[in-house]
Amino acid sequence: MTLNTWIPVLALMTSLIASLVIFALPEKGYRLRTAVNLGAALLKLGLVVVMVWGVFRGVGYGVSFTMVPGVTFVLKADAFSMMFAGLSAVLWLLTTIYAVGYLEDSPNRSRFFGFFSLCVASTMGIALAGNLFTFFLFYEMLTLSTYPLVVHRGTEKALKAGRTYVIYTLTGGAVLLLAIAWLHGVVGDLPFREGGHFTGSDPDIHRSLTLIFILLVAGLGVKAAIFPLHGWLPQAMVAPAPVSALLHAVAVVKAGAFGIVRVVHDVYGVDASSALGLLEPLAWLAAFTIIYASVRALWQVDLKRRLAFSTVSQVSYIILGVSIFGPVAAVGGLVHLLHQGIMKITLFFCAGNYAETLGIHRIDEMDGAGRRMPGTSVAFTIGAFGMIGAPPLAGFITKWTMGSGALAVNMDWVVVVLVASSLLNAAYFLPVLYRLWFRKPAAHWPHERQWGRLETSAWLFWPPLLTAVMTVMVGVLASLPFSPLSWAELIVLREYSP
Amino acid sequence: MTLWLMAGLLFTPLAWAVLTLLMNFTWGRLVTWVGIVVQVLVSLGLWLAVSRDGGFYYGLGGWEAPLGIELRVDGLAVTFVLLTAVVASACGWHAGVYIDADKPWHRYFWPLFWFLWSGLNAVWLGGDLFNLYVGLELISLSAVGLVALGGKAGALRASIRYLLAALLGSLAYLLGVALIYGQFGTLSIAGVVFWLEEHPVPAGSSLALALMVTGLALKTALFPLHRWLPPAHGIAKSPVSALLSALVVKASFYIAARLWLELGEPLGNLAAAQLVGLLGSAAIVWGSWLACRQLELKQVVAYSSVAQIGYLFLLFPLTYSVSESVTLQAQQGITLQVISHALAKAAMFLAAGNLILSTGSSRVDALKGVSRFLPFSLFSFGLAGVSLMSLPPSGGFAAKWLLLQASLGSGQWWWVLVLLVGGLLSAAYVFRIYRASFLESSETDHFYHPPRSLEIIPMILALLSLGLGLVSAEVLSVMALPFEEEGSP
Repeated sequence: MTLNTWIPVLALMTSLIASLVIFALPEKGYRLRTAVNLGAALLKLGLVVVMVWGVFRGVGYGVSFTMVPGVTFVLKADAFSMMFAGLSAVLWLLTTIYAVGYLEDSPNRSRFFGFFSLCVASTMGIALAGNLFTFFLFYEMLTLSTYPLVVHRGTEKALKAGRTYVIYTLTGGAVLLLAIAWLHGVVGDLPFREGGHFTGSDPDIHRSLTLIFILLVAGLGVKAAIFPLHGWLPQAMVAPAPVSALLHAVAVVKAGAFGIVRVVHDVYGVDASSALGLLEPLAWLAAFTIIYASVRALWQVDLKRRLAFSTVSQVSYIILGVSIFGPVAAVGGLVHLLHQGIMKITLFFCAGNYAETLGIHRIDEMDGAGRRMPGTSVAFTIGAFGMIGAPPLAGFITKWTMGSGALAVNMDWVVVVLVASSLLNAAYFLPVLYRLWFRKPAAHWPHERQWGRLETSAWLFWPPLLTAVMTVMVGVLASLPFSPLSWAELIVLREYSP
Repeated sequence: MTLWLMAGLLFTPLAWAVLTLLMNFTWGRLVTWVGIVVQVLVSLGLWLAVSRDGGFYYGLGGWEAPLGIELRVDGLAVTFVLLTAVVASACGWHAGVYIDADKPWHRYFWPLFWFLWSGLNAVWLGGDLFNLYVGLELISLSAVGLVALGGKAGALRASIRYLLAALLGSLAYLLGVALIYGQFGTLSIAGVVFWLEEHPVPAGSSLALALMVTGLALKTALFPLHRWLPPAHGIAKSPVSALLSALVVKASFYIAARLWLELGEPLGNLAAAQLVGLLGSAAIVWGSWLACRQLELKQVVAYSSVAQIGYLFLLFPLTYSVSESVTLQAQQGITLQVISHALAKAAMFLAAGNLILSTGSSRVDALKGVSRFLPFSLFSFGLAGVSLMSLPPSGGFAAKWLLLQASLGSGQWWWVLVLLVGGLLSAAYVFRIYRASFLESSETDHFYHPPRSLEIIPMILALLSLGLGLVSAEVLSVMALPFEEEGSP
């Protein structure tokens, strides 16, 4: 038992213990709760930074024990897990700051932050899980701990959305459990391994492997919101803005996408998945989801719902990236895991700011909001251009890498999908930007609040600006070491030459 | 040493029972709280002894089988003895605060509680069919008495109905025992197995097994013999409901399982095994469906018991003419299901009692806004629900995983569907309660706050059921200990 075995456990424990402490704190303990929240988030970020540096140098972090006879509980840090862990650690810190401001003076804050920390603990567990069994453990924990956040407001509408969410995710979880148990029955307990396990496997089990793959993707596809399993996501937008921002744009959908990448890369292996003929259909499904959800986004009048359909579309980029059989495209898909998270959280923070400060929920109410809230609107604009894929922002790096990767393996149709999707992105974001900056504001905002010196509360003002700056930085500095792009290249290098 | 432990498990509870019978409620409570400490220590002592040295047969009082009281002290038995000590002491502690001391008839709670505990220990440790019967009757009669303590007319009706079912079940069981004695000349289960190794199976002995299992299934409330359970468990006082659902139904199932595992292979057949599994599946689906439709909180929990009991009976098909590894997985899965359901259901009933105390109504829709005012009890209820939905990391999940592996390993894939659908159905009724409690009502919220100790007890039980999954390998390892055949017939 060295320190290296304990670091992943500690990273998990920081938010778990924070959650228990917060539950125990009285509702009125506002300062102490904020201190616990921010302290745990900073501590976790520190631990993740240590692990990122260690993984880069090839240090192994991990712990495992037999949990149920025949299966082990494994926590392990590899390059890919650090990508997801890093994403959730950074964004947890920012979202906590944001949420403290957002929920000021509202009831049930102790409950909210308790479950919020529990969610982050779950995403950390998902990131660090070393086999499918452990992954499933935290995947279901994420479902359970997000439910109270979706229904947080306690209105009939929120409860209805919560119900849809639970039906989708628990059914997906049951399918996933079936797949994992079946796979365990066929081949035993497999740890995640770069390059996968099934290259040159026994042809007798190929049929089972194909069926299991379909079940795995179906189970994970619910959270990843792949068409036709995406119905819960737009509904879940009734949740408070920080929940939509971190969980629905980042943690929950990413958990699904992360799982699919794990299955393709580290359980089956790209070679074996491709040899079984599983990648091509997945690529088509992802491409269809990208276009379909973008078209649906065009017709949404509610800002958060438009962003939700945009999420459905963007998450499938990741899946499209890994299902193209070639290293460069895989880099594009993986890097989007981070890029989409940063861009989308910016947009959701901004949407929350408009709602809290001016009472704006619908797109046609946004006329002229740019002059009233310039900081937020600049952040929103950067996020939107990033999504469209304008150089040199984050989204451009993704699309460029993925497009050139697809061309390298002669899948030209992917480029068509990327271009079409970018045009659609422009079609649903540019009208919003036009309203923000060029239309005259209405006489009264729907529900305006004054916060003093800044355009809105300082807790709400800075997080979107910071993530907007990050959107620019990850694009401009993409070639530096430890940028998301370089890190994705490291992952793919280890995957394609294990 | 062993003698003292055995006497401590089987006879001191009887002594506590007699002692509390002579006292009023307050004194009875004091004696019970002292007694609980003693019993927990003794149970823990036996568990430690067996986990160190392995199991053994024990002839109580120096009388060997086939005449005396033969005890089978193995890893499984001591695990259940310890489980009983945990759940019963939690319920006893809770009852001391929860039950109102002013009603004169409430003082009978304590002697009945101790008779029940003594009967449970007798069943876990019993090695021959007649002593098992005695233990079973002790349990049933004290359980019926405890239900009747509810005091209302409904409680009396429910307890009479329970009594009739229990007696009918005992009758069927006793008939089977008589047939076994006629055919094999012994009442010891080990003796029957020994006899069968040397002789061909006598005609009609399958009937004996069928009678015993049917009687026990009635006492365990297996679908379609479950109708007596929800009224009895729903109307009893919360600590009593907890005891009944957590432990009492498990005792009769435990005997049925022991009989099946020892005698199922020679005396049973494939069709019977599949039929029992099918009835279990029907219980899961039907019980969950009815749980979704109940208006009263405790009825939801009671119907959930009907459903959860269904899982236990999957043991029958999953251990009949399958490979040894599948049998082991099925046994381990069912054992975990028994333990985790006992802990989770006790936690749930106790938490439900607290919620009812605080809202002043037993209805589900009275829970509006409770999540703001009584988060602690609601949280216990929720955590127990996680185990019932068999989601990780609970003991229920570990059980489901092992049962899935057993079903896939033996090629009986239809049970896989039952397990997955059952999990989703239980989520439907558990989330219904969550949903009701998260609803914000516009009416004034005034909830009574139950004493702190009442809130802590279900939380401890719920956490145990949740943490069980993480340590299930250790818990199960006690059962795999070598069994020392000393003193066997």
